[in-house]
Amino acid sequence: MHNRKHLLGIQDLSRHEILEILDVAESLQEVSTRPIKKVPTLRGKSVINLFFEASTRTRTSFEIAGKRLSADVVNISLSTSSVSKGETLIDTAKTLDAMAADSVVIRHSASGAPHTLAKLTRASIINAGDGAHEHPTQALLDAFTIRQRKGRLENLKVAIIGDITHSRVARSNLYLLTKFQSHVWLCSAPTLMPPGVEKMVCENSEFVHVTHSMNEAIEGADVIMMLRVQFERMSESFFPSVREYFRYWGLNRERVSRAKPDVIIMHPGPMNRGVEIATDVADGPYSVILDQVASGVAVRMAVLYLLLGG
Amino acid sequence: MSSLKLNYQLMKSDEVAATLQRMADEILEMNSGRPVVLLGIHRRGVPMARRMAKRMAEKLKQQPQFGILDINLYRDDLTKVAFQPVVHKTEVPSNIDDHDIILVDDVLYTGRTVRAALDALCDFGRMRSIQLAVFIDRGHREMPIEANFIGKKIKTKDNEVVEVKLKEIDGEDAVYVMEKT
Repeated sequence: MHNRKHLLGIQDLSRHEILEILDVAESLQEVSTRPIKKVPTLRGKSVINLFFEASTRTRTSFEIAGKRLSADVVNISLSTSSVSKGETLIDTAKTLDAMAADSVVIRHSASGAPHTLAKLTRASIINAGDGAHEHPTQALLDAFTIRQRKGRLENLKVAIIGDITHSRVARSNLYLLTKFQSHVWLCSAPTLMPPGVEKMVCENSEFVHVTHSMNEAIEGADVIMMLRVQFERMSESFFPSVREYFRYWGLNRERVSRAKPDVIIMHPGPMNRGVEIATDVADGPYSVILDQVASGVAVRMAVLYLLLGG
Repeated sequence: MSSLKLNYQLMKSDEVAATLQRMADEILEMNSGRPVVLLGIHRRGVPMARRMAKRMAEKLKQQPQFGILDINLYRDDLTKVAFQPVVHKTEVPSNIDDHDIILVDDVLYTGRTVRAALDALCDFGRMRSIQLAVFIDRGHREMPIEANFIGKKIKTKDNEVVEVKLKEIDGEDAVYVMEKT
């Protein structure tokens, strides 16, 4: 992360940089176990959470991460901002810049919004999800959780199952895991799989596999990542009914049994129980869904430290 | 970047071992047998503290508590240094309230590392006492900080660098005084 000012996506990060973030996150985890969960490292730095889309865990996670490092965190959400009065993204950016924010964490429904912001402000921009493009800190916390459980990021079989079309989490994870030469199996209903998705990865594209068979994706998998069906982004019908979706693409116990005996099951949240994942699986022994949330704070602390600390 | 050249060797292997033992004994004596918590400052303070803990365990027939402190999150020069210091793990025993703490570091120079360590410790509670043990005190303090236990005190020039080498990290026990050229 030397000389890097923004975190806009996984695609342009090197393996070395990814490992650096994960290593720092591992050290920073300890802060959250102390009786006084705070260190003075980013005292006097301001972090603005600018969220144009609904979010609980990512926004809260960034807020807690910033506060544990003693940064001043300000939250702006769509409903309370001037955007609802018609202000453009560019004007919002200039306004925040005039207030000398050190970092802006942005979530926006338009792909590339953080990149636009990065050109217009002096602040460090952190992408907290832009459209269906990238969600880098989610992929980093997923990698952190996988490394914690599997001891490595290389040479794994990872099945990413669900609404691939609308998922920035799938894309960021695809970039990250193929950088480490793990096999990624993308699986969904044909209507929820963007055509040519295997060509998205330039290097190591032989590690990307596309299938419409859940059994094939799960067979011998080390990691199963379930994705939420993003109804809010669907302007038309992508499948006949929720019940049918669950029958064909939902993760149940029988399907989990095809994976490796030490498989871990992940979900970026929020979950639609009974749509993409059965309740007994989500709360079952293989599930690391709450570990992911805990990792999120450590990883975001590491990102803030590496971008703002030096 | 300036390079370093060897000025002279200050200590050899047997002197390093003997000095660490002497310091451990002094700490025990000054704390009149009370159990202490040894906290090594990352990096070379850690093996130093480990060795002193071993010596104390032999004399006390009881293992003193031991921990690791990384001070990078508490540095006062984060915005000034060009490189980004790598943060390492901090592992402090769970409850050190009301304990006697011995901070262990290899070289005492400006005093800024110790200042950061004191700030870090305050975030873990209120200790009975905090004492400082350093292997080499080379002078040039920029803060009102002094050590309670000193391996060796030497006079140095500003452009000199004191390098403490320890087997666990460097493969040898020795102290060298280098000069920036």
